[in-house]
Amino acid sequence: MDFRSSDTITGPRTEDVLPTTATAAVKVVIVGGFGVGKTTMVGSVSEIRPLTTEETMTQAGVGVDDNAGVETKTATTVAMDFGRISLSEELILYLFGTPGQERFWFLWNGLFEGALGAVVLIDTRRLEVSFDVIGRLEERGVPFVVAVNTFPDAPHHPVEALRRALDLPDEVPMIDCDARLRASSRDVLMTLMRYLHSLAVPLA
Amino acid sequence: MSGPRRERRKTDPALSDPERLYVITGDLDDSERAALDLVTMVVAQAEPSPTFQPEQAAILRLCQAPLSVAEISAYLSLPFSVVTSLLSDLLATELIESRAPIVRATLPDRSLLEAVMHGLQKL
Repeated sequence: MDFRSSDTITGPRTEDVLPTTATAAVKVVIVGGFGVGKTTMVGSVSEIRPLTTEETMTQAGVGVDDNAGVETKTATTVAMDFGRISLSEELILYLFGTPGQERFWFLWNGLFEGALGAVVLIDTRRLEVSFDVIGRLEERGVPFVVAVNTFPDAPHHPVEALRRALDLPDEVPMIDCDARLRASSRDVLMTLMRYLHSLAVPLA
Repeated sequence: MSGPRRERRKTDPALSDPERLYVITGDLDDSERAALDLVTMVVAQAEPSPTFQPEQAAILRLCQAPLSVAEISAYLSLPFSVVTSLLSDLLATELIESRAPIVRATLPDRSLLEAVMHGLQKL
């Protein structure tokens, strides 16, 4: 692995440097099928130009077929785009969205663990590409809202029909959005926070 | 509408347990890595000097102001697990300080969520 001389490393632009008081971070993950606009949404609300981090995953496979008993390993590099919103002088929200390779996100240890929740971005023309990620969030008990990215040529379906097709419980919020617009993406995050707030049990 | 339909899944206790998820670690000790999240905030406690490895000097230079592990990984173009390994060394020698993120607890904290909403409203 080549490492550039530290003199050539470009850090944050001057205007992107966080104040020294910024010590508390929270994260939200934006998931959905390939091409539904996850990276667009991250970019539209982020205060910094979205950055990319990556990780190399290995999954140890247990032989089940003709290679029974033989442990196999596969390695994949998974890239992750993310953005940042300074909520106050102390509190920073990080948004992670990934450009595809859905099945690998869930191997990224620590991506979903500790996330406040997730946004499932869907394209009504290709609902089925979101089925798997919704199922995986359910399995992990990660709370989520569903945001319908309104593409100009996408057919409009009543919310109830979409809810049935996605087999979503009534309490899971659904919201229309335009992932290109900051205000619209902000509203999706607000919907997620209100939902999480409703799940929170008030202190007795 | 017609077309494919999804079927709801139940929360799987085994899958919701982070201990059951795994990722490449090289030769690293898991217990050291576990402390660092993608959004753990890191601040340098020292100025870089020529005696440091280039990677460590670069981290100290980047982290004069608080920065998340994800941002450090992005700016250095190094994989997350490589960065957490470098950071673990710097933490052990107290050249950096880290602040763990606020994570979703079993019972989410309403005042935290209200602070997030307040911040989003200003966007």
